[in-house]
Amino acid sequence: MTVLEPIAGERVIHRINPVAKLAASAVIAVALVLSIDWVSASVALALEFALFPWAGLSARQFVRRTWPVWIAAALGGLTILLYGQPSGDTYLRFLLVHVTDGSIELSIATVLRMLAIGLPAIVLFATIDPTELADGLAQIVRLPARFVVGALAGLRLVGLFIGDWRALELARRARGVADHGRIRRFWGQAFALLVLSIRRGSKLATAMEARGFGSAPRTWARESRLHGRDAVLIVLGLLVASAAVSVSVATGQWNFIAGR
Amino acid sequence: MVASPRLPSAQPAGISARGWGWRHAGRTEWAVRNLDLDIRPGERVLLLGASGAGKSTVVHALAGVLGGDDEGEREGTLELDGLPPEASRGRVGLVLQDPDSQVILARVGDDVAFGCENLAVPRAEIWSRVAESLDAVGLDLPLDHPTSALSGGQKQRLALAGVLAMRPGLLLLDEPTANLDPEGVAEVRDAVAGVLDRTGATFVVIEHRVEVWRDVVNRVVVLDPDGGIRADGPLEEVLAREGEALAREGVWVPGHHPGAPERTRDAGAVVLRTEDLAIARVKDTPLGTGIDLELRAGTALAVSGPNGAGKSTLGLTLAGLLHPEHGRVLAEAIAGDLPPDPIRWKSRDLLTRIGTVFQDPEHQFLAPTVREELAVGPRALGLPPAEIDERIEGVASRLRLSRLLDANPFTLSGGEKRRLSVATVLVTRPAVLVLDEPTFGQDARTWAELVALLAELLDRGSAIVAVTHDAEFIAALADTEVRLAPWSHRPGLVEVVR
Repeated sequence: MTVLEPIAGERVIHRINPVAKLAASAVIAVALVLSIDWVSASVALALEFALFPWAGLSARQFVRRTWPVWIAAALGGLTILLYGQPSGDTYLRFLLVHVTDGSIELSIATVLRMLAIGLPAIVLFATIDPTELADGLAQIVRLPARFVVGALAGLRLVGLFIGDWRALELARRARGVADHGRIRRFWGQAFALLVLSIRRGSKLATAMEARGFGSAPRTWARESRLHGRDAVLIVLGLLVASAAVSVSVATGQWNFIAGR
Repeated sequence: MVASPRLPSAQPAGISARGWGWRHAGRTEWAVRNLDLDIRPGERVLLLGASGAGKSTVVHALAGVLGGDDEGEREGTLELDGLPPEASRGRVGLVLQDPDSQVILARVGDDVAFGCENLAVPRAEIWSRVAESLDAVGLDLPLDHPTSALSGGQKQRLALAGVLAMRPGLLLLDEPTANLDPEGVAEVRDAVAGVLDRTGATFVVIEHRVEVWRDVVNRVVVLDPDGGIRADGPLEEVLAREGEALAREGVWVPGHHPGAPERTRDAGAVVLRTEDLAIARVKDTPLGTGIDLELRAGTALAVSGPNGAGKSTLGLTLAGLLHPEHGRVLAEAIAGDLPPDPIRWKSRDLLTRIGTVFQDPEHQFLAPTVREELAVGPRALGLPPAEIDERIEGVASRLRLSRLLDANPFTLSGGEKRRLSVATVLVTRPAVLVLDEPTFGQDARTWAELVALLAELLDRGSAIVAVTHDAEFIAALADTEVRLAPWSHRPGLVEVVR
C-alpha cells in the first residue's frame, strides 16, 4: 500500500463524486489566495479541522498523507520570517535576514494559509479513486474522453515503471557498471526507463485501439452524476470560504491582494 | 456433457486477401507480400511461419491496427466481409502476447466494459455483456477485483473477456500464451476453445507451439517468408508434408521437438551454496525460508514453480543481486580474496564470478550498438582492447550475432535479443551463470541453440542456475530441480533430485 493509492471505504465521503471534492477544495483555495491576512486562514483552518473527522482518514493516515504540507508550510513560514517585507520593530538583523513585527505576522499568515489550502486538498484527494475521477471529469466537466481515458490508462503503467526501475538497477550491478559514477548512471537508467515506458505506452495504445478506443461517440459504463451529498460538500466548501472572508473583513484584517 | 448456452454474438466474419502486402515505413523489405487468402466464416485457423514471415503483420492488419500511410505502405486488398478492417470497428477482437500491456483499467469489470464503451453500447447492456464474458472465460472474480492482482493466465483471459464483450465476428490471437507458465497456457487455451464453441466466431491464432492449438483449429496456413503462402490445409496433412521444414525454421512441431544434448562431465566442487536462506523482494515479506542448496561446477540447477512463488527472487538472490532476508549465500570456491557472500562483492567483481541473464533482455541493455553492448563487461574488467575485440568476435559468431554488431540492441527480434543478453554475460566468462526464464517465448531453433550452448558450458566446468517453467528445458539440462511451492502451501520448498 503506497500513498499513491486511494483510501477505500464505505463511508459517505467515499461515495461523494470526485468532481465535488475537486470543486470544494478549489472554492476554499480561491477564497484564501485573495488575501494574506492571518484571520481568514485561521478561521478556515479551524472549520476544516472540525470537518476532518468525516473525511474518511484515520489519524495515522492523516499524518502519513499530509506531512509534506506541514513541512512545506513550515519552510515557507521560515523563509518569510527571515526575509519577508520588514515593517514595525526589528528583532534580529544579520546579513539579508531581517526579522520584524511585519515579517512575523506575515510568516504566521503564510503558514496558516498554506495549511488551510493544502490540508483539505490532500485530505479530499486521498479518497478519490482515479477511475471515478476520470468518469466525473469526462461526464460532468465534459473534458475530452480521449484525453481523460488515455491519462487514466497511462496511470496504470506507473506501477510497472517501479518494477522496471528496480530491474534496471539490478541489471546494472550484474553488468559490472554499478561501482562508480552514481549520478551518470542515474541519468543513464532514467533514459533507459524512458525508452521502456515509450514502448510500453505504444503497446498499450495498440491494445486500446484494438478495443475500439479513439473515435467518438462512446458510452460510459459507470454513470457519474452529482447528487445531494455532493452538493452538501460543495456548500460546506463555500461556507468555509465565506466564513473565512466575512470574519476577516469584519475584523478589518482582510487584505485584498490585488488592492495592495 | 451439458451444452453451454450459446452466446449472443455477431455473425462470424469472412476474410479475403488478394495480392495483399505491407511494408513498414523506413524498411526496404516487404513484411508480407503477394498474400492470397480466403477464410470462410467460422473457420479456425492456425497461422504458422518462420520468425519474420509476417504473421503478426497479417493479424494486426486484420485487426485494423497497422496504422495509416505514415506507418507503412500497402498493396493489394485485404477485406473483412467485403470491407477494409479499419471500417469494421468492433467486428474483430485481438489478444496480444504480453499480458501486462493489455490490461487497461484498474478493476476487472471496468476493463471488460472498456471495449463496449468505445462501441457506444448502452449502459445496461454493457454490464450484462461483462458478466456473460467473464463467465465465458471462466474468470469467477468480483467486478471490483484489482487487475494488478491477476496472474499472467488470468490477465490473458481478462483480455479475452474484454474482446468477447464486443461480440466480434473474428477472434485474433497473437501468441497469447508465449509468456505463460504451463497452467496459464492450458487456462487460456481452454477458455478460447469454450468461447469459440459458444460464439461460432471465426478464429485466427499465431503460435509457434503447434501442440497448444492442435485440438482447437481445423486449418493451418503457413506463410512463406518470401511472400505468399507455402502450405494450407488440415493440420495433420500440412504437418506431414511441411513438419520437418517448419521445425528447422523454429516452429515447435509435435514429433520434431529438439532433443537433449550429450553431456560428458561429472559434477565438480561446490561453487555456490545457501545456509538457511530466506528470500524476499520487499523487506520483511519473505517468499521462501529455510532454503539450503548446493550448486556444483559442471551442473545445472533448475528452479521451477508457479508464478509468484518467488523463483526469480531466489535466482537474483543466488546471483548476488538481492540481499538475503535471512541466512546466507556463500561462494567460497570462486570468491578468491573477497568475502564469501556475493552480495558483498563489487559490481565489477561479479563479472567473472556470477553472470545473470535477466528475464526481459531490454532491462540489461546499456549501449547503442550490439558491439558496444558486448564490450561493456570486458571494459569494466579493464581488459586490453585487442582481447576485448577477440572475445566479442568469439561470442558473436557463436551466438549468430556477427551480422548484427552495428545494430541497436532494442531493434533486434525477440530471439536475437535473448541471444545478445546471453552473449553479454558469456563474454566475461563467469564461473556461475544465473538465467531467468531463458526460453520464454523462444522459437525451437533459438531454444535448441541455447540448450546446446549451455550444455557446452557445463562440460567446460561452468555451473548454471536456471529459473524456468519450461519442462523440456529442465529435462534437457537440469541435474537438480528445486520446485518452489505456491503461496498457499507455505512453508515448503520441494526439492526434486533428478
